[in-house]
Amino acid sequence: MKLRQGQFSFLPDLSDDDIRVQAQYAIDNGWAVSVEYTDDPHPRNTYWEMWGHPMFDNPDAAAVVFEVSECRKEHGGKYIRVIAFDASPGWESIRMSFIVNRPATEPGFRLVRQEDAGRVVRYTIESYAAREPEGARYA
Amino acid sequence: MNDMSSNQTIADGKTRYSAGVLKYAQMGYWEPDYTPKDTDVIALFRITPQDGVDAVEAAAAVAGESSTATWTVVWTDRLTACDKYRAKAYCVDPVPNSAGEYFAYIAYDLDLFEGGSIANLTASIIGNVFGFKPLKALRLEDMRLPVAYVKTFQGPATGIVVERERLNVHGRPLLGATVKPKLGLSGRNYGRVVYEALKGGLDFTKDDENINSQPFMHWRDRFLYCMEAVNRASAATGEVKGTYLNVTAGTMEQMYERASFAKDLGSVIVMIDLVIGYTAIQSMAKWARDNDVILHLHRAGHSTYTRQRSHGVSFRVIAKWMRLAGVDHLHAGTVVGKLEGDPATTKGYYDIFREERNPQALENGIFFDQDWASLNKMMPVASGGIHAGQMHQLLTYLGEDVVLQFGGGTIGHPHGIAAGATANRVALEAMVFARNAGRDIWNEGEDILRDAARTCTPLKQALDVWKDVSFNYASTDAPDFAPTPDVSA
Repeated sequence: MKLRQGQFSFLPDLSDDDIRVQAQYAIDNGWAVSVEYTDDPHPRNTYWEMWGHPMFDNPDAAAVVFEVSECRKEHGGKYIRVIAFDASPGWESIRMSFIVNRPATEPGFRLVRQEDAGRVVRYTIESYAAREPEGARYA
Repeated sequence: MNDMSSNQTIADGKTRYSAGVLKYAQMGYWEPDYTPKDTDVIALFRITPQDGVDAVEAAAAVAGESSTATWTVVWTDRLTACDKYRAKAYCVDPVPNSAGEYFAYIAYDLDLFEGGSIANLTASIIGNVFGFKPLKALRLEDMRLPVAYVKTFQGPATGIVVERERLNVHGRPLLGATVKPKLGLSGRNYGRVVYEALKGGLDFTKDDENINSQPFMHWRDRFLYCMEAVNRASAATGEVKGTYLNVTAGTMEQMYERASFAKDLGSVIVMIDLVIGYTAIQSMAKWARDNDVILHLHRAGHSTYTRQRSHGVSFRVIAKWMRLAGVDHLHAGTVVGKLEGDPATTKGYYDIFREERNPQALENGIFFDQDWASLNKMMPVASGGIHAGQMHQLLTYLGEDVVLQFGGGTIGHPHGIAAGATANRVALEAMVFARNAGRDIWNEGEDILRDAARTCTPLKQALDVWKDVSFNYASTDAPDFAPTPDVSA
């Protein structure tokens, strides 16, 4: 299973140069780039752990690539994403989001069905990895 | 005796209000010196007077019939502040290159309208005048809605920004497909199409406008099978997925029942058709905001009055009304697909959907500055005869905040629905990646797609099948003003 979140998850994995080019696009648009990681890839896990603050005043995407590689050293067995924030009025939210690191194996999600009255089924999605405690998921 | 050749308002009360018939202009519906107030509603009509009817009198008649007037003088006007309530035609211009047609600008005092009611606004502006005998044809081209009035409406229940946050999709257009064939599939078979398309890489699938609750598939069956498909696909990809469950029905009670069932099953989105009417749309928009559900509107029926240039209501006006009414998604044309829409006019629609403020842009058919007063943005939906091979054109014309819907372009893929979905998703991501990397996607688009197809067989197959499909017909509704060189430079 390949986690398909993020704007480039159907493309081959991004190289460091790809990451730099995309991050520079964000910077040139005036967006603050940041790096986040998680071992809980549930589609509704909004708050991945922040690898430092968003890089508000950074003009050079090389610094983003550097932070990604620093993050990989510590969390290389987890998911890492790069996101870009736009603070302009009327938006004030994320403009870009793409995955730059994945665990070696991605076990995916279990769909739990609870049969309810009539033919209704209550669905829950559960990451197989997240059954283990935090820090003990993925290798 | 009154001089019927004059268009001057008759100031003397006794003459003005003696029983009989006056020209509308003489009754006070033509005020060439009037400067519209910031709080006025302004409507721009394209009028085609009958032969021999003076354009100014025709404009005054439209102002009169869309506000306070009737065909003859009534003394009861004098019991009211009638000068205030009379709409005022204040400018009449010949339409460039269209003999016999005129643009009539008409201003309406804010007190003529009930806040928060599209029904009330439209009952005045398009209520009576379109069948008026002295006119051959009449078209409502554009409206300026004052901030004070805009603020009386809820606006889009969710809006583009929050929709993206809920779906966790950023930095690229959303992808969808309408389930085909649009009629006849059983619930079980229908859900199969939804599952394959979502698993293959789409964000959304969609009921078509006429899928409600027919003998071949009752609505509860459809909802149950579709939600099985949505959740399976979500587990298979780790993404939030949705399917627009069409809750259009014969009564509000039935629509609320269907929408509630969709919400209880966990659907992130429901859908309605334009034909349910403005008040029903506003009710569903309120329901959608109260229930955290995105509201998709299919513009079923609009071409009966939006398509002809001389008569009806422009789609840009419908778009403004729908942003006030509070839907989140609305179809707005593809430029390159099978349905009506030239690039300049379509850009005007998209700007109305997505911008905080629309400056006047005659080359896009936008006649007025319009401030949206922080109303949420509406997500345009591009649907109808589009395919992966046009991705560079779609991204260039339509930008990033749009749902691209490939129905036939997904389901008609030679290797199946999931392959069709993957082809579209890969083409899209490759094109966004290339644009961000600074490539000239307009000119290099085909190369970019071919490169992406090297590592994606489904995309290669899609490009081979549809490479020669295009829909090049002259548009029936284009802007009246071309940009002059120093404007476009």
